[in-house]
Amino acid sequence: MTRLRGWLVTFGRFWWDFLVGDTPEVTVGVLAVLAITFALRHDGAAPDVLVPVAVAVLLAGSAWRATRRRPAPPAERHPPPPA
Amino acid sequence: MAAVSSSTWLLAIAVFGACAVEAVEALTIVLAVGVTRGWRSAIEGTAVAVLVLAVLVGAVGVPLVHYVPIAALRTVVGALLLVLGLQWLRKAVLRASGHKALHDEDAIYAETVEELSGGRAGARDAMGFTVAFKGVFLEGMEVVLIVLTLGASARKLGVASVAAAAAVVLVTAVGLAVARQLSEVPENAIKTFVGIMLTSFGVFWTGEGIGVHWPGSDLWILALVGMFLLLTLVLVAGLRRRGEPQPAAALAADAGPHAGRSVEAGQPWPRVEQP
Repeated sequence: MTRLRGWLVTFGRFWWDFLVGDTPEVTVGVLAVLAITFALRHDGAAPDVLVPVAVAVLLAGSAWRATRRRPAPPAERHPPPPA
Repeated sequence: MAAVSSSTWLLAIAVFGACAVEAVEALTIVLAVGVTRGWRSAIEGTAVAVLVLAVLVGAVGVPLVHYVPIAALRTVVGALLLVLGLQWLRKAVLRASGHKALHDEDAIYAETVEELSGGRAGARDAMGFTVAFKGVFLEGMEVVLIVLTLGASARKLGVASVAAAAAVVLVTAVGLAVARQLSEVPENAIKTFVGIMLTSFGVFWTGEGIGVHWPGSDLWILALVGMFLLLTLVLVAGLRRRGEPQPAAALAADAGPHAGRSVEAGQPWPRVEQP
């Protein structure tokens, strides 16, 4: 039973890493775009423009965010040994 | 007719490109296993993994195409394609703009060889088999997802499967011929292109599933490809100018010899990093 549970946990983690991983904003963003498009599809909201533009904004935002969230350089955390 | 043909070609090219990239990465691991643990185990592990992946495509893909309503299928797999495509494209943009290290096949090969060099390997080696199987299976899972999502959405599972198989055959033949000089493959350029295609198909199929009427029908995919290509170029240029390139050590650590992937013998489901 413990082995089965462990297998299921690693299986779930595999798919989590695969589909979410270090970019949860992409997964959540895609779901949000779909939900909004679905809700507005009969309201004359021009989804043929809305979806591509929203996805483009999502990509740009995620790439921009990735360049802002770097950890401190290793040198600050681990000072180099004295010469 | 011309519109249908163009979308079919685009689909085949997208699957071929995605599969070629993953095949390069898988072949690197298989070559390392073959050199260190013996070719028999490497080939057997690879063959079993390819067989399992092919069974997965048949077992999941055929029911998807025949029994799932097309609108629901296109919405769900379109969303999956969008997530995968955006992940590929985002990473390719970061690599092209110098904010992430390029995938280094030479480093991966060296690391795998070093890991496997300990101990004696017989003609049939369990560790060699396992590492080859998991390497191919892990890289192949992404291809299976792309084949299934693109193939099932367009009702062209056969075209997608043939394109994937052609890429595997071509990469294997070229890889063996050039004696593992896989680092010469312009991997990030191919990944950028595939990311653009997957994202475009993802937007298109998701929209179709939800009920969006695209101008020009299938030809709208070409417009989406053009739009995301332009966006990618603008993003790469913008992020390059934004500067603050990462120190070499940080970039190397970011890519890692195995780039977050683990094919250790004891792990039933290896950890995976997004492409």
